[in-house]
Amino acid sequence: MSVHATIEGTAPHLVDTRFTVPGIRCAGCIATIERGLAKVEGVDSVRVNFSAKRVAVRHVDSLSDDALIGALEDLGYEAQPVAANPLATDDAEAKSLLRALAVAGFGMMNIMLLSVSVWSGAGGVTRELFHWLSALIALPVIAYSGRPFFSSALMALRHRRTNMDVPISIGVILASGLSLYETVIGGEDAYFDGAVMLLFFLLAGRALDASMRNRTRAGIGALLSRMGKRAHILGADGSTRVLDADDLEPGMLMQVAVGEALAADGIIEKGDTAIDNAMLTGESAPQPAATGDVVHAGAINLGNPVDVRITAVASDTVLAEIARLMDEAGQSRSQYVRIADRASRLYAPAVHSLALLAFIGWMVAGAGWHFSLTVAIAVLIITCPCAMGLAVPAAQVVASGALAKKGLLVKDGSALERLAEVDTALFDKTGTLTLGEPVPNITALSDEQKAIAMGLAQASRHPLSLGLSRALAAEGVVPAEIESVVEESGSGVTGRIGGRKVALARSFVATEGPSTALQIDGASTTIAFTDQLRPDAREALAQLSLMGVESRVISGDRSSAVDALAAKLGIAGQGEIRPEGKLALLEELRSRGLHPLMVGDGINDGPALAAAHASIAPGTASDVSQQAADAVFLGRGLMPVAHAVRVARRTMSIVRQNFGFAIGYNILAVPLALLGMVTPLIAAIAMSLSSLVVVGNSLRLAKEGR
Amino acid sequence: MNGLTFLIPIALGMGALGLAAFFWAMRDSQFEDLDGAAQRILIDDPEDQQ
Repeated sequence: MSVHATIEGTAPHLVDTRFTVPGIRCAGCIATIERGLAKVEGVDSVRVNFSAKRVAVRHVDSLSDDALIGALEDLGYEAQPVAANPLATDDAEAKSLLRALAVAGFGMMNIMLLSVSVWSGAGGVTRELFHWLSALIALPVIAYSGRPFFSSALMALRHRRTNMDVPISIGVILASGLSLYETVIGGEDAYFDGAVMLLFFLLAGRALDASMRNRTRAGIGALLSRMGKRAHILGADGSTRVLDADDLEPGMLMQVAVGEALAADGIIEKGDTAIDNAMLTGESAPQPAATGDVVHAGAINLGNPVDVRITAVASDTVLAEIARLMDEAGQSRSQYVRIADRASRLYAPAVHSLALLAFIGWMVAGAGWHFSLTVAIAVLIITCPCAMGLAVPAAQVVASGALAKKGLLVKDGSALERLAEVDTALFDKTGTLTLGEPVPNITALSDEQKAIAMGLAQASRHPLSLGLSRALAAEGVVPAEIESVVEESGSGVTGRIGGRKVALARSFVATEGPSTALQIDGASTTIAFTDQLRPDAREALAQLSLMGVESRVISGDRSSAVDALAAKLGIAGQGEIRPEGKLALLEELRSRGLHPLMVGDGINDGPALAAAHASIAPGTASDVSQQAADAVFLGRGLMPVAHAVRVARRTMSIVRQNFGFAIGYNILAVPLALLGMVTPLIAAIAMSLSSLVVVGNSLRLAKEGR
Repeated sequence: MNGLTFLIPIALGMGALGLAAFFWAMRDSQFEDLDGAAQRILIDDPEDQQ
C-alpha cells in the first residue's frame, strides 16, 4: 500500500493523516477547516468528523504533519496528530450490532404481520402456510441477529459462569426449536414472533449502549504521540542524520531546534534555552534550562537550539512512565462492576431455576413433556430482560444527550454511574479552575508604552507575550514599528525604536502571578499577569458542596499560587504535587472509602484522571487528558461539572426506577407464565409494553438539558 | 388465498428493500458523523455568496 511513486510524472503518492481538533464547535468551524485546508498546496481532500472532533486530511507524501498543524493553527485551531485510527475496532463492534438490529427489525415486522393474521383467526391451511413462512423468515434472522448473544453465552459457559445472555440464548433456541416442531406437526401455536421480538429489543439496548461507549475511545498511544517522533543526531564528525525515536540510543547527541519536541530524555550539553514543560509539571510558564540541566521527552524547546546528550529513550522516558501509570490506574477503574452486570448476576440463575422448576413441576403434575416445555419457555421469554436490558442504556443515552446540550460530553456509560457516587472533587489549577490564559494588567500603561509592548509581544510565541498581545489587540492598540527585534530565550525580546532601546524582559519584581518588565531606554515598568478564574467557578463549587461534594485544589504549580487561589475560593489546596503524588492522594482518599472526582487538563493529570473514581477534563485540555477522562466539558464555564454530578445522580434514580419496574413486571408476569396461562399474544404485548414504559421513563431525563 | 400469493412476497420484498437501503447507508458511512451532518446543513455554499 505504501509504495512510493518513483517514476517521474506519475501521480503524487497520497497519504491519509488524522488530527484531533478539540476546537471544532459549530458549522462555521467545519466550513473554515475544510475550505481553508483545501487551499493548502498538496492537500487533496479534507473531511471533518464533527462528532469525534477529528479532521482527516488526504495529502501528498511530502507535506509534513507539522506543516498541516501549522496550517490549522493559522486557521485558528489547535491540532494534534492521532495514530491511524484507534476507533476502528470499537466501530466494528457497534456496526455489527446495528446490522443485527436492522435484520431483527425486518424479521420482527414481517413475522408479526403473519402472526396477527393467525391470532385473528386464520386457520387450517392458511395457518400452516403462515407458520411455515414465519419459520422461513425467523430461522435465518435468529441465526444472524442472535450471534452477539450466542457467542457471549457460549463464552460464559465455557468459563463455567452464566450471564444475562445464557437465559436469552436458551430461551430463543428452545422457543425456535419448539416452534419448528409445532410447524412440522401442524400445531396451533408458534413462538417465532416472541423469539425475534426478544432479540430486537435486546439488540436495541445493546446498540444504544455501544453507541454511548464509543463516543470517544482511544488508547494510551495518544500520550506517546506527544513525544518527538524523530531527532537530529550529531555524529562524531559533525555530520547530522535524522533518526526515528525508536532508533535512538542513550549516549547519542541530539540537536534540538526551536519549537521541536524532544524525542528522548537527556542532559543539555551545549546551549541555554527555555523549555515548555507544561505537560510534565502543569506549570504553564516556560522554564529556563542551561548546560547540565535535565530535559524530558515531550517537552518543547522554546528558546535556542541546544545539543542534548540522550540518557533515556522510548519506554524509559518520564513520559512513557506517565503513560504506564495511566494504564495501570485505568485498569483499576475498569474493575468497577457496572450496575447491569450486577443485576444479571442475580437475574440469570433465578430465571434458569424458575424455568427448570416450572418444567419439573408440570411434569410431576402429569401435564406431559410438550405442555411442560411450553410453560418453561414461556417463563424464559416472559421474564425476558427486555426492560432489564434497556433500563440502563436508555437512561444513560438520554442523560448524556441532555448533558451534551449543557456542554458536557460523556464518553462512557459507566461514567454516569460512577459520577453519581462521587463525594470529593479534586481540581487542577491552571486551565481547570482558571482559564489557563495569562491576562496582563495593562491599565497603568501609557499609550506609547502599550504600542511598544504590542510591537514587542507580537514578535514572540512565549505564552506571556501571546496573552499580552491578545489583551492589547482587544483594546485596539496599534503596534509600534520596532527595528532589529531579537528574542533571547529566558531573557525576553529586545529591539530598537529610533535610537531608543526597548525590551520585554524577565521581571525580577515579586508578584503573585507571572510578570514581565517593559523596558524603554532603561526605565522599567512591571506588567503583572493573572490567570483568571473561570467566570462561574465559585457558583459551581457552591453547587457541588450543596450536593455534599467537598472540593479541593491539587496542582503541580507553585504552592504560593495554589494557596492564594484556594484561599480565594474558600477550599483546601495543595501545590507542587507530581503525577505520582496525585495518584497517591487519590489512593489515600479511596482507602478512606471516598469516591474522588478528578477534574484536570494537563498531561501530568493523566494518571490521576485515569485513577479517580470519575474524571472530567475541559475541552481545552491536552488530547491525553481528554482520552483519560470520562467526560469533557466545553466552553469557559465550570458549571457543566456541577451539572454532570446532578444529572448523573438523577440518572441513577431513573435507572433504579427502571429496574424496580422491570422486577415488578416479572413478579406479575411470572406466576401467570408458571400457571401456563400466557398465550403468545399476551407475551408479545407484555414484553413490548414493559420496554416502552422503561424508555418513556428514561425520556424524562431529557428535560435536564433544557 | 390467491391474493396472498403475491401480497406476501410484496410485503417481504419491501421489507428487504428497506433493509438493503439501511445496509447501503451504513457501508457508505452515513452514520459516522451524525452531529456533523446536522451542522453541515448550516454551511453556505461558496458559489451562492458571489
